[in-house]
Amino acid sequence: MTAAGWAQFAAVIVLILVSTPVLGAYLAKVYGDHRAPGDRVFLPVERLIYRATGVNETGEQRWDVYALSLLAFSFVSVLVLYAQIRLQGHLPFNPDHLKGVTPALSFNTAVSFLTNTNWQNYSGESTMSHLTQMTGLAFHNFVSAAAGAAVAVALIRGLVRNKTGTLGNFWVDLTRTCTRVLLPMSFAFALVLMSQGVIQNVHATRTVATVAGSQQSIPGGPIASQEAIKEIGQNGGGPYNANSAHPFENPNPITNVLQIWLLLAIPFALTFAFGRMAKDQGQGWAVFAAMFVLWLVMTSLIMPLETRGSPKLGALGASQQVTATQSGGNMEGKEARFGAAGCGLFASSTTGTSTGAVNCAHDSLTPLGGAVPLVNIMLGEVSPGGTGSGLYGMLVFALMSVFIAGLMVGRTPEYLGKKVQSAEMKLVVLYILFVPVVILGFAGASLLLKHALSSLGNPGPHGLSEVTYAFTSQANNNGSAFGGLSGNTLWYNTTGAVAMLVGRFFLMIPVLAIAGSLGRKQAVPASAGTFPTATPLFTALLTSVVLIVVGLTYFPVVSLGPVVEHLAGHF
Amino acid sequence: MRRQIRTALAMTIALIILTGVLYPLAVTVIGTVAFQERAAGSLVSAHGHVVGSALLGQSFSDQAGKPLPQYFQPRPSAAGAGYDGLASGASNLGPANPKLLDAVAQRVKAYRAFNGVGDGTPVPVDAVTASGSGLDPHITVANARLQARRVADNRHLALPLVLSLIDRHTQGRQLGFLGEKVVNVLELNLDLDRQG
Repeated sequence: MTAAGWAQFAAVIVLILVSTPVLGAYLAKVYGDHRAPGDRVFLPVERLIYRATGVNETGEQRWDVYALSLLAFSFVSVLVLYAQIRLQGHLPFNPDHLKGVTPALSFNTAVSFLTNTNWQNYSGESTMSHLTQMTGLAFHNFVSAAAGAAVAVALIRGLVRNKTGTLGNFWVDLTRTCTRVLLPMSFAFALVLMSQGVIQNVHATRTVATVAGSQQSIPGGPIASQEAIKEIGQNGGGPYNANSAHPFENPNPITNVLQIWLLLAIPFALTFAFGRMAKDQGQGWAVFAAMFVLWLVMTSLIMPLETRGSPKLGALGASQQVTATQSGGNMEGKEARFGAAGCGLFASSTTGTSTGAVNCAHDSLTPLGGAVPLVNIMLGEVSPGGTGSGLYGMLVFALMSVFIAGLMVGRTPEYLGKKVQSAEMKLVVLYILFVPVVILGFAGASLLLKHALSSLGNPGPHGLSEVTYAFTSQANNNGSAFGGLSGNTLWYNTTGAVAMLVGRFFLMIPVLAIAGSLGRKQAVPASAGTFPTATPLFTALLTSVVLIVVGLTYFPVVSLGPVVEHLAGHF
Repeated sequence: MRRQIRTALAMTIALIILTGVLYPLAVTVIGTVAFQERAAGSLVSAHGHVVGSALLGQSFSDQAGKPLPQYFQPRPSAAGAGYDGLASGASNLGPANPKLLDAVAQRVKAYRAFNGVGDGTPVPVDAVTASGSGLDPHITVANARLQARRVADNRHLALPLVLSLIDRHTQGRQLGFLGEKVVNVLELNLDLDRQG
């Protein structure tokens, strides 16, 4: 890999190290109990919303009421989105006269945006009207991220509060995340994107006569506003099929690096906010370090794997060398302006988070290069994860880690002074088991069904990777794809939607239950026998738990997919 | 429960207005005022007609799909029949898929024949692989230089002039280290047409 490639990687690292404490300190104030910056601007807007919706701003909720509010909001908002997609042919802002979408695809898409997955069994430019993009999909991009943040904040409150039955108010956390975090950031970033060439209009598709005398369709759309929240909320659903590879979504290397940074910014910053709220910044940094190390290692693997190129293309006479006049590398499915390095950096970041936006075709990565995003998602997207979902995922693994450490020395484990007992551990195990069961179950079933196999776009072990990736991505609410799979069938639309729902709510509800249970306990003072959790040793243990407990579940299928392809194909 | 559903419905409406209507509307208004040309798609005109977008690649082939020798050729495209603006996307072929390997082998042969370079000449990888979007507006400098002689011969232009046009439309790494050095094919070809 070139020096410029490493410099690009270093630039993202610097941006993260700067933004984590700055944004984290702000987030801690947004979710804290005291005055927050910008109250004068935001409070009137929020109070207007509370008044219109009948929310009692100071009313605290028990964990089960908090969960019920989350479920009620999810249920209503997904129905509204489903109706919008089905009926878009009769609604305004549809200059290309796109029709309503079929029931199975509408169900899959509505669930996909509800759950912050943004798996797309359709091409945006030829399926969704401008109205659907703005009031349907972009709205869910905001609230699905905000709901994730709310659950993470509830878990933090459960950890840091003592002897309380309540965890805050879901409606308030949801609203404040939108008004104070996601909207201002998206607005600012949308302007930057437009200045770089990302389009923003409500035009119909324009057909022009090209230089060579044929015709080309140039699409319109409210892209910049969509693109900003797509990255900031780790949604990843592109208004166009090619996603962030499309020049109208991601026109140049500056927007590319900004997009990578933005999709990492809030998940990393939430660890700092966690430390702040726990009044022990070391706890936050220990969690940050585990996420950061995983991201760093995975990114350092994939970037050289892709810039090295594919020996198969080299054998056919293609030059993949890095020279002064070409960037080289495995360029199938990649854009010339980003090169193989810019693709690897994006691919690892989008799958370490729950984003799933792509700036190159993951299906065409080298076998081991393609294993990186797959394994990133399998680890549960904790490097650094989605808005909120990354932090609560890592905190669940932290509970698992102190439990394992406790088993080794025969003591009741504690985390932030809270005793971790059988009630919490049962929920932790549920959290860890649900997703693999769904992924391996559905992927296994697909291999036995003839009509499911006929959707595969590639033969051999790569086909196994393709179908495994599809369910891994959906069950973990990522949304990126090995795009060769034709997912718009009754089987994949339905099973995918089920996988997404399980991966969202069967994880959020145990997390809220853990938060409720911990919140009722009184923190005990640390003693000589307490395992300290703000140390590098704990970070190492936490990272190992993620790799061993979660990673090993998928070892057989990763061996049969990417590893067999690599070895048998002589890559 | 009924109260929760009522709040949920009201909250859905309130946040749709805020994030789904007011936010994109504000961005659109500012875009139209401050970044008019870019927000509309960086459209490029020649002889008073819009011929494409500076950000989107397009085909330089005749009606039968054969590449026109007087133009620099873009990368292979998996978007529809090639550079279809309503069908962006990649080939999604795996790295060992025989379909990919056959296509690349055939493109390498066609590239060498079309540009009159020897059988042993390594072909720049971007010239024989499809991009992620199918709308990649760029090629590498190495690819452009290998095409220069063919273009110069077909237009009866001096090779140094064509090479200098390539240099003029080469975009270096942004800020010196971001991305890769590339040539914008549409802008280069339009400039060639202006040379007469």
